[in-house]
Amino acid sequence: MLCQSCGKNQANTHIKRVVNGDIKEYMLCEVCAEKLGYGNIFNDFNLKLDDFLGSFFTENIPYMLKSEPTRCEKCGLSIEDISNSGKAGCANCYKVFYDKLIPSIKRIHGNTNHSGKLAANVSADKKIENKTKKLEYKLQEAIKEQNFEEAAKIRDKIKDLKKEGEING
Amino acid sequence: MDKWYEKSGADGDVVISTRIRLARNLSEFPFPCKLQKKGADAVINLVKEAVLSSNSQLSSNNFKYIDTQKLDKITLISLVEKHLLSPDFVSDKIEKSLILSENESISIMINEEDHVRLQVMSQGFDLEKTFEIADSLDSLLDEKLSFAFDDKLGYLTQCPTNLGTGMRASLMLHLPGLKQSGVMEKVSANLLKLGLTMRGIYGEGSEPQADMYQLSNQVTLGLSEKTTINNLKDIAKQIILQERTVRSEMAKHIETIDFIHRAIGVLKNARLISTNEFMKLISAVRLGVALGEIKGVSLDTINFLMIEAQPAMLSKFANKDLTAIEKEQKRADLIREIL
Repeated sequence: MLCQSCGKNQANTHIKRVVNGDIKEYMLCEVCAEKLGYGNIFNDFNLKLDDFLGSFFTENIPYMLKSEPTRCEKCGLSIEDISNSGKAGCANCYKVFYDKLIPSIKRIHGNTNHSGKLAANVSADKKIENKTKKLEYKLQEAIKEQNFEEAAKIRDKIKDLKKEGEING
Repeated sequence: MDKWYEKSGADGDVVISTRIRLARNLSEFPFPCKLQKKGADAVINLVKEAVLSSNSQLSSNNFKYIDTQKLDKITLISLVEKHLLSPDFVSDKIEKSLILSENESISIMINEEDHVRLQVMSQGFDLEKTFEIADSLDSLLDEKLSFAFDDKLGYLTQCPTNLGTGMRASLMLHLPGLKQSGVMEKVSANLLKLGLTMRGIYGEGSEPQADMYQLSNQVTLGLSEKTTINNLKDIAKQIILQERTVRSEMAKHIETIDFIHRAIGVLKNARLISTNEFMKLISAVRLGVALGEIKGVSLDTINFLMIEAQPAMLSKFANKDLTAIEKEQKRADLIREIL
């Protein structure tokens, strides 16, 4: 079949477009396909094997097959960029790509929940949750040591904290 | 003022120094890998202002700001040799800076892998106190800079390996005994299971020099700072104990004693000495001092020499770029003078 655009060359590119529900099909040659903007559709698949090696995010490879990648609106990185470099571009990347990054994070740390120091700007809820966790740990210790007086005190403190949390929430 | 490394500390026969490093980022700016010049300058200025402004509670440490862009290569490398800068810091391109306390025990790298890398070092085995200092500095900085933080992931860092506490706690250990007995690989393999790692003296991917190893935590997410430090402390105690046992066993052999005395003999008399040879010999001498075989030389002196006899430190001291043979000569001169 000859190209439907120029009518000269042999057609070798099959284009299927859906416009307002109507399917339109064209057979084009390479030259015309490129001219009409269909030439570079495979560029996104130009992946370098080297980039996969040594990256923390190898689990994300299937996502790379999407045509238009989601980008972090703050720094412009896509999950592919992060996978290739092993580096996030900004704090917002961890929000945008949270679900995609979490398997790799789990593999690195064996864990996905922070349990250390809290930053100054952290939410009140999180602060309460953290305090409660610490107290619950102390409570277990006190019970183990059969120090029931101490355990009762800690239990009261936990109750107070939970109340505080409900008021805030 | 004396530099922090001129003294030896608790368990100084095995533990040379303790280091706590915290990775932090300013939430309003992209991480250093996506930072443009304007942003990089802004980060530097904000951190500088937070640390150095006259009303800062940090001012008691007599911090000084060092514009690393203006330093020559020798000075930069000498800062790496003192563990005040990372090797990457020297090679990379974006605007970076360094803030140092007067005795050089506290350093704040700006725009390295993260916007802020706060590092506190102390001599000997002293994890708790070193952490306390780092923690209080971090809290003061956080008030002014508002660090990037996520409820689930903790402190957000450019590289996911530092997420969570952003803390790397490490001990620099001298382990000639364990090295000699060939168990280092086995020890390292077991440490990995515990979320700890043991590496050569200059951190990632480097060969151990002078039987010096860095023991540090690998995991930063899911464990609190306190738990991490306690784990590290428990394991370090066991390693120290093992090392001492092997050493006292070694001390019963005349070959070891001979090796130690030959080492000090060469160091006291050599007129030319390369870095490699120096590192091998100083390790033997350190062992000799720890065993009480060598008298009249202190661990302080050895710690000092190990820093000062490095190539860029020698060049810096001589105030010019030295040729290889000049370095070997200067090094030998320095060692004879000190010993």
